[in-house]
Amino acid sequence: MATQDIIDTLAGIAPGSALDGIRARRLQARENAQKSYLSLFEPIDASDFSLAERAAVAAFVTGLHGESPVATFYREKLAASPDGAALLEANDAEIARGRTSGPYGSFPAGPLSVENTAGLIYRVSAASKSVLGTRLVAALEHAHLLVFRPRDAASADMKALLAASWSATGIVTFSQLVAFLSFQVRVVSGLRTLAAASA
Amino acid sequence: MSTINPPVVFTQDELGWVSWIDPLPEAELTERHFNGLVDRARAKSEYFRLLVRDPEVLEARTKTDKDIFYNVADGLPRAERELAAAATSRYNGCIYCASVHARFASTYSKRREDVQKLLDEGVKADLGERWNAVVKASVALAATPIAFGPDNIKELRSAGLDDAEIVDVINGASFFNWANRLMLSLGEPSK
Repeated sequence: MATQDIIDTLAGIAPGSALDGIRARRLQARENAQKSYLSLFEPIDASDFSLAERAAVAAFVTGLHGESPVATFYREKLAASPDGAALLEANDAEIARGRTSGPYGSFPAGPLSVENTAGLIYRVSAASKSVLGTRLVAALEHAHLLVFRPRDAASADMKALLAASWSATGIVTFSQLVAFLSFQVRVVSGLRTLAAASA
Repeated sequence: MSTINPPVVFTQDELGWVSWIDPLPEAELTERHFNGLVDRARAKSEYFRLLVRDPEVLEARTKTDKDIFYNVADGLPRAERELAAAATSRYNGCIYCASVHARFASTYSKRREDVQKLLDEGVKADLGERWNAVVKASVALAATPIAFGPDNIKELRSAGLDDAEIVDVINGASFFNWANRLMLSLGEPSK
């Protein structure tokens, strides 16, 4: 059975609608955004990045973007995961602490330094640390950086993940997951806005 | 000791990119990896040999990317898709991504000076009504929380874009929120 297209579902695009027709003109992009989602959330190998960790990071990242059908979707995915209830509570608390406005951060020292913008350097609270564990604490802190201040990223951030027992392959998939969600949440928001403007 | 010479301004020059974690060695790539790379020639690139650690995600990402930017059978001209990518990269602060897509925007639009103005002055540069609307929409989409709204649609429509072309802007700009985060966080550009 074919899985329902996740972007269409979250954006509320009905079969036969005008936007369905427009999306059909970029069929390869539509199908591969779906395959990206499936490869990240139903992978053939989750040994470097567990399914529960994926759900927790996804709920955190989409929650940081504010309330939306996308955030609700990943929140429910986390709730359905092993240890979901405990993780969900810690995750919600961390989303509330981590919400801010981006992008901000620093440029390499030089002419662009005048554009440097200070902002929250998020760290997981002491209370959530014991629930989340070392790997997820490092993951949420790095995910917050990727969401709000990607231009601040430095080689030291990779070392922090490696030190928290993330493998190089796990870091690649984790980075792809956060970056993919940054795409997905925007496509859904953009398509919803366009549909509303055409109604 | 690092030999990286990082660029400190946005540029249309060709830049290199150096990974902060180990890419797979070329000699270790299997058919599964080559499928993930889509183009075999990408095995020469440190960036793609790093991303190919997860071949299924890389393959899907690459095919999404190619259709959004290269499928010009209809919809928004390639130049303006590249403009959306360059503007997003300028706003998020990805000097490497901006260099590649600013070059493409210049090539396809023949408006190199306007593209350079975007890089030099930033996303508020005045590039004329149509380009301003595309840049502004891309920036609104890149903001967190997302600031894209009905006014962006109105401006894109008055600049002459139809709904299919607006979807190309949404796809192109959104995709670079994906690309920028990988390029910025897994390694760094080098002159």
